[in-house]
This record gives sequence, C-alpha cells and structure tokens, in this order.
Amino acid sequence: MSVPTDLGAAVGVAFWGLAVVAVAAGVAVFRVDSMARATYALAVSFVAVGAALLLVGLDYVGLVVVLMMVMEMAVMGVYMVMLMGMNPALMPMSMVHSGRRAAVLAAGTFVVLAAGALLVPWPERRGAPAPDTVAALGTALMESTMLVMLVVSPVMVATIVAGVALAVPRGRYDRLGDDLRRRPADDPQPGGVGR
Amino acid sequence: MAEAAVETAAAPWALLAAVLLGALALGAACLDGVLAACAEGVPARVGLRAPVARTAALLRQRRRTTVAADGLLQRAGGGGLVVAALLMVAVVPLGGHALADLPAGVVWFNAMDVLVWALVWLAGWGGDSALALVGGYRFLAQALAYELPLMFALTAPAVAAGSLRVADVAAAQDGLWHVVWMPVAFAVYCAGVVAFSVQGPFAPPAGLDLAGGVLTEASGADRLLLQAGRYALLAAGAAFAVPLFLGGGAGPLLPGWAWVLLKAGLLLAALVVLRRRVPAVRPDRFLEAGWLVLLPAVLLQLLVVAVVVVGRG
Repeated sequence: MSVPTDLGAAVGVAFWGLAVVAVAAGVAVFRVDSMARATYALAVSFVAVGAALLLVGLDYVGLVVVLMMVMEMAVMGVYMVMLMGMNPALMPMSMVHSGRRAAVLAAGTFVVLAAGALLVPWPERRGAPAPDTVAALGTALMESTMLVMLVVSPVMVATIVAGVALAVPRGRYDRLGDDLRRRPADDPQPGGVGR
Repeated sequence: MAEAAVETAAAPWALLAAVLLGALALGAACLDGVLAACAEGVPARVGLRAPVARTAALLRQRRRTTVAADGLLQRAGGGGLVVAALLMVAVVPLGGHALADLPAGVVWFNAMDVLVWALVWLAGWGGDSALALVGGYRFLAQALAYELPLMFALTAPAVAAGSLRVADVAAAQDGLWHVVWMPVAFAVYCAGVVAFSVQGPFAPPAGLDLAGGVLTEASGADRLLLQAGRYALLAAGAAFAVPLFLGGGAGPLLPGWAWVLLKAGLLLAALVVLRRRVPAVRPDRFLEAGWLVLLPAVLLQLLVVAVVVVGRG
C-alpha cells in the first residue's frame, strides 16, 4: 500500500502510538492479576504490532499477525482454564514468579543486548528495498530453501501425528472395538456425523 | 488482471457506512420480530416494533453487575462486536467508493471475523458467572468448527479473481457471478456468517438452556450492544458477500451503490428467514460435522475453482 505523502506525519504519529501501545500492553501482561487479562493484553500487544506492520506497507503480513494471534490467544484461554491445576485461572493470581531472579536475568539480558546493539560495528546498507516486500519475502523463504521446506514438512506432520497418537487417551480400538468394526463408534461424546 | 477502479472515500463517509449498517441490522431485527410474531399468532406490527421497544427498554434499564465481574473485559467483549462489524464493511466497495481499499481486503475481513472469537468469549468471561462462561466456551468450540471452512470459502473467490483486493474480486465476476459456479463456497460462507453472528442454528452460546449464555450477565446498554452487535455482524457478513459472490454493484438500471445495498438487504433477509427454520446445532456435534463434511466439501470446491482458473490460463 503506497502511503500518500500528505499523510506522512499522521502515519508517523500512528506508528509510534502503536509502538507505545504494543510495549505498554506487553508490560501489562505481567502486571495484571488475572489470566484472562494477561492473555488479552498479549493479544492487544500483537494487534498493535499487526497494525504497525500495516502502516509500513506489509498488508498481508500485518493482517495475518492479527488473525493468527487473536485466534491463538482465544485458544490459549481454553487451555489455561482446562489444564491449570486447582483452576487458579478463575481467580486473581500473580503473573510472575521468582521475582528477584527474573529481574536480575531481565536486566542482564537487556544490558548484553543493548551493549551489543551499541558496540557492534553494523555494516552499511547495501542495495535498496524490493518494490514488493511481501513477494521478496516469499521468494527469500521459498526459492532457495524450498527443498529444506519439502523435507521438513513431512517430518513435522509425522511428529504431530505421532505425538497425537501417543497422547490420545482413547484410540480407534477403544472407539471401534478390537476388529475396528463396531458401528456406531463407542464415544463418550458422540459426534455430529454418526461415525 | 486489470485493477478495478475504486476511490477511497473521505473519513466523514464512515458515518454514512455506520448508518447504513445500522439500518440493515435494524431491518433484520424487525424482520425477525415480524416472523416471530407471525409464528406466535401476535399481530405483525407488534413484532415489527419489538426491536425498537426492546432497545428503548434496555437503554432505560439500570446496569446490574456480579460481585467479582471483570467490567473492562466484559464491556470490551460486548461493545467490540459492533466495532468488528463496522471494520468489516470498511472494505466493501459501495458504487466505486470504499472506506479502505486494502490490497488484502479479503484477509482483513477474515481477521475481523476472528476478532469475534475473542469478543464473544470475553463477554462470557467478564460476568464472572458459570453459565455465561459456558456460553463463551461453546462459542469457541463452534468457532473451531466453522472458521477453517469459512477461511477456505473466502479463499475460493479470491483464487478465481487472482487478487485479495475486494474490488478486484467484485470486478472479476463480469457476466458470471461467483455464486453460480462456486455454490458450495457460498453456502459455507453463509453458514460461517450466521455462526460468527451467534444466530439461528449457531445460537447455543447465547442459548436459553444456559439462561442466555454469554448474554446472562449483560444488562442495560451492555446487553443492547451485544444484541445489536449480533445483528450488525450478520448484516456485515451479508454486505461482504455482495462483492465476493454476488457480482458487486453489477445490475441493470440502478446505480452500483443501490445494487450493493439491495443485494445485501436481500441476502440478509434470506439469512434471517432461513435461520429460523434450522434447528439449533449442538457445538460439540457441529465440530465433527465442520471438520468431516464442511471442510472437505469446501476444499473440493477450491480444487474445482483452481482447476478452472488454471484451465482458463
């Protein structure tokens, strides 16, 4: 998306405003005392990042960030109530633990990264940005590394299937009997298509 | 493919878009009221003014709250539905003008309908009440079932047009509307619209068996915003179907903007009439139907569309 020049200042203000919102919401994740607020503070932070990406002209990437992250946080809300013991998710609780160690670690990490950013001799920029950044990103990801992607994806799918097969509490033999012939299946929660 | 010409409307026109969306939503609510009145043998005019009377009553109702309600999240969820619907129609071109002519407008619509996941759950969570929370979880279970088929249903017209820009998709159906040659995608899209607006067969998250589900603890203006948001989402979904499946502003005699409104209104009315005739779907059962029936069906539709596009060259 090409930004009209007379909007330049407004876009700049909006960008920095979104940056502040993203960081403030990120801080809020650890300051609030409820799991739901923490989850959706993180969602707000990601939405601000997605909107900032829209401003720099990465429409598709920005929208996908919003889409994926909101969906992810909604599903995380399910898991947090489902899997947390004694269900503290439903009560006020602190979002941090081991406060002093965490503070030391965070400060140390910040010092190391900031020192690196300031002290490393950064190379001069060579070349110009591509006219279509999304297409350039796609080419960079998919062209030279396509073979790696093709090899990695079946491995990943196999891992997911194996993980699910190992973790599932009721397999197909429980549902369909030892000869897999029981119809309809014996499900504690019957599905909608009557298998 | 040549880019369809669409001008970006100036910011004040957003007010007109909001008024039009509100009118469509109110029309849908009134039609629903009339249908309900006819079904119960009450005079139709009682049903016609029922939404207005209900609005007036809710505006005067004092807000009640639970002991440990999370007001911020509850209001964000309830009020957000209307906002999401407004953001959806921002990319719908109305006779050569759109509020936002985004290169990825179809993805924009998709991102806004995913926002509804969060909003409905927050509306259920915020009240600190078991029944409302169950309603929120019901909606998420339902969302897991309808969202992927809906995404692929949105993909089909975009693949046919070779563009994610809404105006390009509308212009690509010159002569042959997408609804004619991708009926499965259209049907799944309509089901998705009814589902994300928590209406008809997909209303169990706000069901009477849960004492109103996500609506249980919402009162006064909060409840009004939630209810209005459901109709606004239905209206926005119907409006977005026009450039996507129903040929955009194409039509004889009338100008383009009139055709867009007319088609959106007709589809909205059809959805309101149809959703009363379909029984409620249990979210846990719908999950299997969504993944084993809707998803393969819409993927096959997408395959057909892709083959046609490749064959056309």
